[in-house]
Amino acid sequence: MVLLKVKFPFQRRVKVAQGLWLFSWLATVSGALIFTLGIFLKSELRKRSEVMDNTEIHAVPNTLIIVGLASVVINFFAGRICQDSLDVARFPRWRGFIVPYFAGAALFALLMLVAVIMSYAMKGNLEESLKIGLKNGIRFYKDTDTPGRCFQKQTIDLLQIEFQCCGNTNFKDWFEVQWISNRYLDYSCKEVKDRIKSNVDGRYLVDGVPFSCCNPSSPRPCIQHQMTNNSAHYNYDYTTEELNVFRRGCREALVSYYMGLMNTIGVLVLLFFLIQMGVLVSLRYLQTAMDGVVGQENTECETEGYILEKGVKETIKLTIQKIAKIFQPNQVQNEQAESAPGTAG
Amino acid sequence: MTIMKIKFDAKKRVKLAQGLWLMSWFAVMTGVLVFGLGLFFKIELRKRSEMMDNKESHFVPNSLILMGILACLLNAFGGKICYDSLDPTKFVRWKAILKPYLVVCFLFNVMLFLTAIMCFTMRLALESTLANGLKSGMRYYKDTDTPGRCYMKKTLDLMQIEFRCCGNNNFRDWFEIQWISNRYLDFSSKDVKDRIKSNIDGKYLLDGVPFSCCNPNSPRPCIQYQITNNSAHYSYDYHTEELNIWTRGCRESLLSYYGGMMNSIGALVLLVWLFEMAVMVGLRYLHTSLGSLSNPEDPESDSEGWLLEKSIKETFSSFAEGLKSVGKLNKVEAGAEGGGGEAQTVATVS
Repeated sequence: MVLLKVKFPFQRRVKVAQGLWLFSWLATVSGALIFTLGIFLKSELRKRSEVMDNTEIHAVPNTLIIVGLASVVINFFAGRICQDSLDVARFPRWRGFIVPYFAGAALFALLMLVAVIMSYAMKGNLEESLKIGLKNGIRFYKDTDTPGRCFQKQTIDLLQIEFQCCGNTNFKDWFEVQWISNRYLDYSCKEVKDRIKSNVDGRYLVDGVPFSCCNPSSPRPCIQHQMTNNSAHYNYDYTTEELNVFRRGCREALVSYYMGLMNTIGVLVLLFFLIQMGVLVSLRYLQTAMDGVVGQENTECETEGYILEKGVKETIKLTIQKIAKIFQPNQVQNEQAESAPGTAG
Repeated sequence: MTIMKIKFDAKKRVKLAQGLWLMSWFAVMTGVLVFGLGLFFKIELRKRSEMMDNKESHFVPNSLILMGILACLLNAFGGKICYDSLDPTKFVRWKAILKPYLVVCFLFNVMLFLTAIMCFTMRLALESTLANGLKSGMRYYKDTDTPGRCYMKKTLDLMQIEFRCCGNNNFRDWFEIQWISNRYLDFSSKDVKDRIKSNIDGKYLLDGVPFSCCNPNSPRPCIQYQITNNSAHYSYDYHTEELNIWTRGCRESLLSYYGGMMNSIGALVLLVWLFEMAVMVGLRYLHTSLGSLSNPEDPESDSEGWLLEKSIKETFSSFAEGLKSVGKLNKVEAGAEGGGGEAQTVATVS
């Protein structure tokens, strides 16, 4: 039982071929766009790779890049096939190519959907990676003299300024870490000695934040030291003061930035997926319609186009049988070899 | 004596017309580019208009926008003329307009060249504008409660962060003005009272800078207060400390930013001007070659094209005479009316 049969008179075949040719060029352009979007996303992720712990999230842009390239190739061939489909003499040379082509094209179209699903599913992964990465960044903020970590301060400062955020979850993360290096602490000073003694690990902790947490929108000059001490500053109450430092945590800021980026890209990829499926379905109809024309004397006759020659179940059975046959010749040969010595012996 | 005479056969004329048609449409696109550049420059100036005093002139971006629009119109018109020049019947209607059109093109090219030169010279005007604007901007830094000036702090902070600069000429400009508002000063504190008393105008000046002057590349946490007091900070010498705060002044920063932008825009406009000159020369050759057919009946005959029919001096003198004759015509008309009156009086006398 043929699946989704449609009659194709000559005029309709011609129209479908012409429309498909244009459509396949549109699909090629959209494939190139997916490729560029993948490259863009990858470069954005790499820009902030120092505050990410692992690179698992890079699977999303990598998939997009692969799908984009494959889409360009698939749609290019679709255009060539439908160009040849109007010429009965040239069409048969595509015969052996068609089935693997459709299998590959369907696979890559499915991969597009997988990329979109991944971009939503990997949010948790991204968040975990940022949590660890930012924690390390804040811990190594003071190590500007340690090779390998000397740029952490600059990275974190520029990140906090650009994304208007402070700390990992919020600004209080800075209270739990020594972010002032020992090189700049006066150990002969009583205040410093008291602070270090009062801490279990001997760390110099302050209720202050780096300057990059300061909010330029604040009406008063930035208060970054002794933040929880209301009496240290005139007319200041830290529980009601909202504009002094950035209140958002950098993890939340970065996650929302990347999720926004991936959501926009996801919507575009879904749109391109629909375009790609349209191209493939039209091409299948055109190909099956042309198969009916080849061999006939009257090339302008009416033929039928379909998606599958037999029903879905039967097609799957046949495909499995074909794959099994590839392995079967070995079995038949083995049996013959075994029976030969038997008869001989 | 004609200037730069070239022989044209029919094929050459056709090629010239086709080439010019393509070039005209390309020139339309460059006109759009000039328009876009002018618009971009205007937006950039307005973005930082708070840093400039109100006398800054938008003359250069406005003229770029105007030149861009004119270029589009003139070149679209020129393209149409080139397209029609291949068909002798259609070309007849353009023949009369072509000469004034070429004069207009010439004037436009002169103006375009002047605009390009102005792009390079605007830098000087911008320098004084920026100096005044930044100085007054810094004075209003603390006035976050005064309507009309309440965003000056945010603007200055964001500018110092983005352009990596501090103060007008350098960070010491902040030492000379009060940038902490009185609302946040504890007037009962001894330190505050001493500082205010020691100042003639009663301003609270300190050797500190806002946080936006801090340099993220510094290896140590930012020192923004008591900058000149070495003993206030451990292991600190402000003479040798270079990475603590930005050492460049914002005037220099902004000037180099706008200067670079104006240089690039000026260079691009000069390129566009060269292209427009080429298009104008091509059109002149097309005009003269189509006007000087050796056999007027046969459109395929050979012809000659030139830039100017006489030498430059003779062209100028004939142009001046042409202007004079237009002036004389008016005089003659006025004189004719007066002369008629005189003739009447003479007649009556005699």
